[in-house]
Amino acid sequence: MNETKVRKAHAPEASAPIKMVVDRATKYYQTTTGLVHALDNVSLEVREGEFLCILGPSGCGKTTLLWSMGGLHELSGGEIRLGAEKITKPHPEIAMIFQDANLLPWRNLEGNINLPFELKRVAPDRQRIRQLLDRVGLTGFENKFPRELSGGMQQRASIVRSLSVNPSVLLMDEPFGALDAFTRDEMNLLIQEIWMETRKTIAFVTHSIAEAIFLADRVVVMSARPGRITSIYDVDIPRPRPVEIQTRPEFIERVLKIKSRIEHGRGPAPGLAIT
Amino acid sequence: MERTAGDQIPEFNKKQAAAAGVGLSGMTSLGLGGHRTKLEVLVIILVAVFIIGGTEFLLTLFKVPHYVLPKPSQIIMALFTEWKFLWPHLLITLYELFVGFAIGGSIGFIMAAVITQFPFVEKVVTPYILLLVTTPMLALVPLLILRFGFGSEPRIIAVALASGPMVMINSATGFRRVDLAKIALARSFGASTLQIFTKIRIPMAMPMIIVGLMVGSIFGLLTTIGAEMVGGAEGLGNRLTYYSALIRMPQFFAIILILAILGISIYVFFYWLGKRWAGWEA
Repeated sequence: MNETKVRKAHAPEASAPIKMVVDRATKYYQTTTGLVHALDNVSLEVREGEFLCILGPSGCGKTTLLWSMGGLHELSGGEIRLGAEKITKPHPEIAMIFQDANLLPWRNLEGNINLPFELKRVAPDRQRIRQLLDRVGLTGFENKFPRELSGGMQQRASIVRSLSVNPSVLLMDEPFGALDAFTRDEMNLLIQEIWMETRKTIAFVTHSIAEAIFLADRVVVMSARPGRITSIYDVDIPRPRPVEIQTRPEFIERVLKIKSRIEHGRGPAPGLAIT
Repeated sequence: MERTAGDQIPEFNKKQAAAAGVGLSGMTSLGLGGHRTKLEVLVIILVAVFIIGGTEFLLTLFKVPHYVLPKPSQIIMALFTEWKFLWPHLLITLYELFVGFAIGGSIGFIMAAVITQFPFVEKVVTPYILLLVTTPMLALVPLLILRFGFGSEPRIIAVALASGPMVMINSATGFRRVDLAKIALARSFGASTLQIFTKIRIPMAMPMIIVGLMVGSIFGLLTTIGAEMVGGAEGLGNRLTYYSALIRMPQFFAIILILAILGISIYVFFYWLGKRWAGWEA
């Protein structure tokens, strides 16, 4: 509890420049049963090189928020900026990683990783791809098809695919949600290492509180219907964080604290910095 | 039954379940059945030998005249002796089938690709396409002959009309299987609408497109032969009526044999194509 610094000014990257700004983002979906209010006036700043986790129950608009940040969704109101640039369509500096790896089943691993280059009509960066494949332990699997790979390997391939174009921002949409607990721990460690090595700016959507605390510099908690940010927690646990940290009492305390905040409605508790 | 079930790794993967619903699965269950052991191949050959040999034996035993039912040996003989008269007709049949199918298939494919992008158009067009699928295009041949004469044209048109809607209706089913996550993936890397079409939508629809091409070409073959039987003086269908009128049954059955081989070849070709281009799903 005492480790959970909720004053955001004390986060390690607090001095880092702002990379992305979500400014009063509002989104309505038109469905057959009427309007769905998915995002309500969401404002958020993502700092350069920060690992930000967006946490919330299903249907709270966190995927909508992330897809909007990736330029895949239009907003009904407000705007999203990368630096000074307004995001209205996908941006080459931003790469996305999706649920269930989202590999194309008709292409082998190499074909899948070459996809972004094909779409951009440039030659694949062979050296970078080789290094990345080696980094995630997929060397020698280039000719395998997605169905021949385990869920963890598929997701690793999709990480390589996204990093191969060297984006500065990675948006990850519940990437490990479908994996078993052991693979998930493994993937969390891997993404932590990759983040520490590359210092990409990462926004990571999850509905697992433990995953959010384990990975993040800051955890943004959202509530559902309409989706809005209820609180933001700084996580100042030193890195690298081992998997075992999740069983320590201090860690569990943090989890329980956020859990109780989610369960006890949306109002800010006294003493918590709310954005 | 229970034993074989126990021998398999119990894997209830959702992807497999999904793949069982659509696509090439129907083709494979109908199909060449994947890998065969040597024993299975041997048994298949033995059954063929048994059927052919048995027919030969029984027809000889009961002294069945060749104009009722020719012996397999007579059919084979006829195939060799008549080949020099038959192959020009085979070429004409293949030409009509190929041109008609190429026209019908391309139009069907393009229409499927276009109308699935516009749900309203699709709803309006579908009943008419169904009408084309269910109406035997052979019925139009006499009419087409009145207009286009006894050449290849009326038959090519009939083949196109018979195969096109088949290709279209199956391809449209394929194009309707949109996976929004895969399209979002392509868009996130800056894909254009055309790139999404060529790199995501077409590969995604490919299993159903190939099923459509297979069914369409078989329908095309039926229509070619039927149309040749209706009128004109060339093509294998015409030879069928010719030899049956002369009661030259060995020659008649030799043509049936050619047609059977032709049909099987078409099937095997598309099966192979499916393995190659859409094997990721089956």
